[in-house]
Amino acid sequence: MIYFDNSATTKPYKEVVETYIKTASEYFGNPSSLHPLGKASERLLNQARELGATYLNVLPKEVYFTSGGTEGNNIAIKGTARLHKSRGRHLITTNIEHPSSLEAFQQLESEGFEVTYLEVDENGVITTNQVAAAIKSNTILVSIIHVNNEVGSILPINGIGQLLTNYPKILFHVDHVQGFGKVPLRFYEDKVDLCTISAHKFHGLKGNGILYIRDGVRVEPLMSGGKQERGNRPGTENVPGVVAMIKALRLSLQASKKNVESMEKMNRWIEKECFDLDGVVINSPTMRAPHILNMSVIGVKPEVVVQALAEKDIYVSTKSACSSKQSEPSKVLEAMGFDNDRSSTSIRLSFTYENTMEEAMLFVQAFSSTVETLKKVVEKK
Amino acid sequence: MKYNHILIRYAELALKGKNRKEFEKKLQDNLKFALYSFPESKVQRTFGRMFIELNGEEENRVSERLKDVFGIHSFSPSLKIDLNQDDINEAALWAVRDALPNESGTFKVTAKRPNKAYPIRSQQLNYDIGSHILRNTSGLTVDVHNPDVEVKVEVRQEAAYIMCKTIKGAGGLPIRTAGKVLLMLSGGIDSPVAGYFALKRGVELEAIHFHSPPFTNERAKQKVIDLSRVLTKFGGSMKLHIIPFTDAQQAIHQKVPDKYEMTIMRRFMLRIAEAAAKKNGAIGIVNGESLGQVASQTLDSMYTINEVTNMPIIRPLVTMDKLDVIKVAKDIGTYDLSILPYEDCCTIFLPPQTKTKPNREKANLYEKELNIELYVQDAIERMETIKITPNSEVDKEFEDLF
Repeated sequence: MIYFDNSATTKPYKEVVETYIKTASEYFGNPSSLHPLGKASERLLNQARELGATYLNVLPKEVYFTSGGTEGNNIAIKGTARLHKSRGRHLITTNIEHPSSLEAFQQLESEGFEVTYLEVDENGVITTNQVAAAIKSNTILVSIIHVNNEVGSILPINGIGQLLTNYPKILFHVDHVQGFGKVPLRFYEDKVDLCTISAHKFHGLKGNGILYIRDGVRVEPLMSGGKQERGNRPGTENVPGVVAMIKALRLSLQASKKNVESMEKMNRWIEKECFDLDGVVINSPTMRAPHILNMSVIGVKPEVVVQALAEKDIYVSTKSACSSKQSEPSKVLEAMGFDNDRSSTSIRLSFTYENTMEEAMLFVQAFSSTVETLKKVVEKK
Repeated sequence: MKYNHILIRYAELALKGKNRKEFEKKLQDNLKFALYSFPESKVQRTFGRMFIELNGEEENRVSERLKDVFGIHSFSPSLKIDLNQDDINEAALWAVRDALPNESGTFKVTAKRPNKAYPIRSQQLNYDIGSHILRNTSGLTVDVHNPDVEVKVEVRQEAAYIMCKTIKGAGGLPIRTAGKVLLMLSGGIDSPVAGYFALKRGVELEAIHFHSPPFTNERAKQKVIDLSRVLTKFGGSMKLHIIPFTDAQQAIHQKVPDKYEMTIMRRFMLRIAEAAAKKNGAIGIVNGESLGQVASQTLDSMYTINEVTNMPIIRPLVTMDKLDVIKVAKDIGTYDLSILPYEDCCTIFLPPQTKTKPNREKANLYEKELNIELYVQDAIERMETIKITPNSEVDKEFEDLF
């Protein structure tokens, strides 16, 4: 099996699953219970938080456990906008956000907020100047995706963060779900106030994530309930998922140190090989994350390519998994200025640390023959 | 450009005569320890001043950490620049911009030239550097009397140093220069603050906590461990002694009239603390008592309770108002932990009324019923000692999970 759909989800590490099973069966007490079983769970949860904070280079009290990327983005965006609406009702984001951000912004628009969607250029990025130009006196939040999930473009978080230091009343949220472990982000140095990451994108399990909220920044919780996660995310804590996530965090950061370079090499090599294929065009910009490569097979429906490759036990995806079931052109590619032929035929490859050059070669072989066959069928008429 | 050094100024050390060298050395060790999580940084001591070489570590974060180190009066991030006038000008310009990012305000340049081989005299340096800054900024003006920013330039043998900011340090004396004391740590708001103030005067700190299971639960003990960990931020690794106190407490509850229960219990605690201190080489006891705050802390109470020991008892909070103590607790990061609602051993068995004016005669009379020696000895024998380090470590039982 060749699994090149790691931006949709990654395969959990074996050790991570083992940790989950052990924690779920041995530390099942509710962390809020007063007895020793509850105490043990609470202690385990606290230590997980401390370790997670160490790995992310932040404070334990800045780590909030969530159910994943969608929830993190929603709390960060709606939670800050609603809390600070008396300060202003203008929000800034981009037109290539993940649906969990985009839809949240659209919901806020219906609540009376004004949203500026900065338009990316042909490389899928915005500039710091665009943000500067969009800022108004009533702007309260800038929310930017760090690494775009479809094409892998990297947005200038550091520049925007530095810019926003001149505007202490504007909060800065970064959707780091795709970037974590692949493109480094330094929360303090890049002046990030809130940051979302998700466990299943770095070999943890589904249903876990971290929302970093800088000390001193407040949000309005989306749900009502108990005082868990300092009231920002009520609900009995998912201790086994959290502990497993922290393990995945450590393992993937280690793997990242070792393998990001070879991943990038592989990515470049596949790009070069596919570029030479007839009928294939590369959509990803040259400056991109090491784990994503987006291309189009002009004239062939991407679902067909995905199916054809799957028959050969190779797994890739059409645009992002969260919107792949709608057969519309990719909004991200449209935003980058590609015509309908290209934006409705895109295929995304996404890698992880364990992928090898051997797999890359097998993929190119299979892909070129698939493209050749499909092109023949399509062009016959 | 980026700050590459931090200059440290000592607090009070000038007063210490012959001991100065030792104090400096201690401070240097303490700094090394405090900056453990900034592996690239180096602490240097030359010609009566102390520098931290940042070697790429983030100045802001190192500065944040330095604010918790006792014995520092103030410190300044500085630029170490080769002896070349153009470079010095540029560096001074950068430092002013860093200190006044909006380029509005006033500044002055103060140059010193201990390195007399350097061709430009200090007055001329002031003028040259000031002109360079004025030429390259728009909203800045010179004010030599009350400037917003003073650009200090020191031309020394090895290099020039440029500083714009002075950040206030924690003051006090370097820890572990004043001998060892034992802190009675209950888990409330006061005792951690008392520990903090004791550390500020340079002591080496250990803590003792009285634990009465099942009347006080594991979380109360955990809370004290967590509080101790906060104190390690200021005092480095420390020992926490947990005293099993249930038996003594129950005996007191049975044998002593209600009104004297608190008084006798405190006398027991003090005796045990003294014994634990002696066993661990500590020669003083620190507690969080504040005069008149509660029944056990009236002057009469202190007089009666204090009878059982000769050891110096340091009460840093004795004249402080509760609100001031709370403020410090919030500043040093113990408040949020202290207010967690777990019972400590002082609040269980709390009699309906406590004598606010106990006297020594009665206390001694009631204690005749109790075998004091036995309880003290037993408590010390069963004392559990936990080593608390600044880096929270994962519990043994959880190790394989992470």
